[in-house]
Amino acid sequence: MATEPARPSLAVWKFASCDGCQLTLLDCGDALLTLAARLHIAAFPEASSMIEPGPYDVSLVEGSITTEEDAARIRDIRARSTLLVAIGACATAGGIQALRDLADVDEFRAQVYPHPEYVRSLATATPISAHVPVDLELHGCPIDRGQLVEVLGALLAGRKPDLPVHSVCAQCKARGTPCLPVVAGVPCLGPVTRAGCGALCPAYGRGCFGCFGPVERPNTRALVALLRHQGMSPADIGRVFRTYTATTAQFRAAAEEGARS
Amino acid sequence: MTHRSRRLLKVPALTRVEGEGALHVELTGDTVTELRLDIYEPPRYFEALLRGRRYTEPPDITARICGICPVAYQMSACAAIEDACGVEVDDRVAELRRLLYCGEWIASHALHIHLLHAPDFLGCANVVELARRHRPEVERGLALKQAGNAVLELVGGRAIHPFNVRLGGFHRAPSAAELRTLAEQTLRPARDAALACVEWVSTFDFPDVAATPELLALTDRRYPLDRGSPRTSSAVAFPVRAFEEHVVEEQVPHSTALHARLVGGGAYLTGPLARYALNRGVLSPLAREAADAAGLGARCDNPFRSIVVRAVELVYAIDEALRIIDAYEPPRPPAIDVAPRAGIGYGATEAPRGVLFHRYELAADGSVRTARIVPPTAQNQATIEADLRAFVQENLDMPDDDLAAACERVVRNHDPCISCATHFLRLTRTHR
Repeated sequence: MATEPARPSLAVWKFASCDGCQLTLLDCGDALLTLAARLHIAAFPEASSMIEPGPYDVSLVEGSITTEEDAARIRDIRARSTLLVAIGACATAGGIQALRDLADVDEFRAQVYPHPEYVRSLATATPISAHVPVDLELHGCPIDRGQLVEVLGALLAGRKPDLPVHSVCAQCKARGTPCLPVVAGVPCLGPVTRAGCGALCPAYGRGCFGCFGPVERPNTRALVALLRHQGMSPADIGRVFRTYTATTAQFRAAAEEGARS
Repeated sequence: MTHRSRRLLKVPALTRVEGEGALHVELTGDTVTELRLDIYEPPRYFEALLRGRRYTEPPDITARICGICPVAYQMSACAAIEDACGVEVDDRVAELRRLLYCGEWIASHALHIHLLHAPDFLGCANVVELARRHRPEVERGLALKQAGNAVLELVGGRAIHPFNVRLGGFHRAPSAAELRTLAEQTLRPARDAALACVEWVSTFDFPDVAATPELLALTDRRYPLDRGSPRTSSAVAFPVRAFEEHVVEEQVPHSTALHARLVGGGAYLTGPLARYALNRGVLSPLAREAADAAGLGARCDNPFRSIVVRAVELVYAIDEALRIIDAYEPPRPPAIDVAPRAGIGYGATEAPRGVLFHRYELAADGSVRTARIVPPTAQNQATIEADLRAFVQENLDMPDDDLAAACERVVRNHDPCISCATHFLRLTRTHR
């Protein structure tokens, strides 16, 4: 009997998150079964009751670290994974729950739970890279399905994945969407936001709200001035940068500058 | 008869459910002395972080509570905030929202049926294994999931965390031509696939179990998705704004669990079984025929057969999406203005897993003063535990490993979404 060629093993893990990014994998449709034939899914608790102990060739990690237990768990997963890929805004930037970093977590806890003393969590919601080395980050809230397939395909082929580093503006131009701030005066975070979604919102007449997080070196100063010119209040400018990737250095600085104006 | 004095059943990590939970069952002699659905999903404090946000933001922000049912959060948030602002959307917007919601039901039910639940009945650990033995059925299921995604993508902009929803309506209304193409190329074939799916799941081997908890669902002149008034199986009816007077969450000593119960009642169940029992009469004829053919009566009391009810709702959601598209006229403009005002608003819709209640208190400048969210899994926890207790009590002869695995199936019957429920459920790990 012919032995099956060794397939790379894949594990999928969840930390504080909404499940949406790992769901993206199940949303791959036909590509899911194709991938499943070329990869060995060794651990994926949300989709399989069979969990192998590893080690794993690739771990996809969703969610941010918000408890002591999870901080220990990610170190354990790192130790059992050859490659670790952080997927989504929570895993790469803390996610919406990182808003607690800018507030008082004890007060948050008291707001939600009648007996806050029973609920344990860290004062912060931090990205995976704050705890262990990460080999690759896939951004977005949620991640883009096409980018996920590209990453998995690249890993299978042993090449570097082709992920854009430019801003959403380039994707708007590529798909021929008229520039919303220019033609309609609509506030848009596209110039400072990392591409990858396919510039979806502007194509629907909605300004980008930055769910893929900042490009590496955004010109937020110019954008803050434009938002101000478009009539946004300092509080609103501060707020738009304090959403899904609020604790990234770039958006944190932009929020502070915007709120000062 | 000799009996083991103490048995401990543990499922340290529930699988094929959304979110992270564990199961702990303790038996002393032949009696279940402790049973807990433990949740160790970390808290994310949504209700706290919403304070001070602008009134336009909760639809997008609360969508991030759940990647499986973001539209439910958007719909309940819009309903509550529009209520606070004294605005009612017109019928065209309401119908387009209902269409979007159908997309989410199709995608979520297709996912649960094929990827999470069916493997239980066919002895498989996951969908990949299932596909090896039942390839056509799995491909059909993935096509159904894709059909739901196609609705979400066209109407909502993307399948997970759609961005096209806003207070008052949508950023962009799809054209009638776009929707007609979706209906012809995707939804009509999907409807046949869903009918075949009902037939398939109705042939599964179901453990003989009956439970008759109190049920809670929205009721309306149509099968409830985007609107309706809460009603119980004991015929207690109340308006959405009175939800918190009828449903209370109580903290159990020694744990952080808040168990929802009906005032003057007790534990209850929301979700497909409740919706079906209370709204069967307003299913579309096609969905009702499918239910009849599958042998569902006026009410389904076997939680294992919830997979059949979900399949019937899948038929309904596709049928309903086609009805809406057939009569569709684009809302013009796609959204009406919603001006802020001080006040409190309430909203409830039927998420795929049951009633999802939101309440917001707004300041005059439009900032959120307080927010409260009651997700379906939070409401169901006590009933899931009651199901487990009854099941364990009836199956004491099973070896520990089998019984623990069977308990996991009992939990999966209710398609719990632990990610949604975490601001409610037990959050500490108990070390014994």
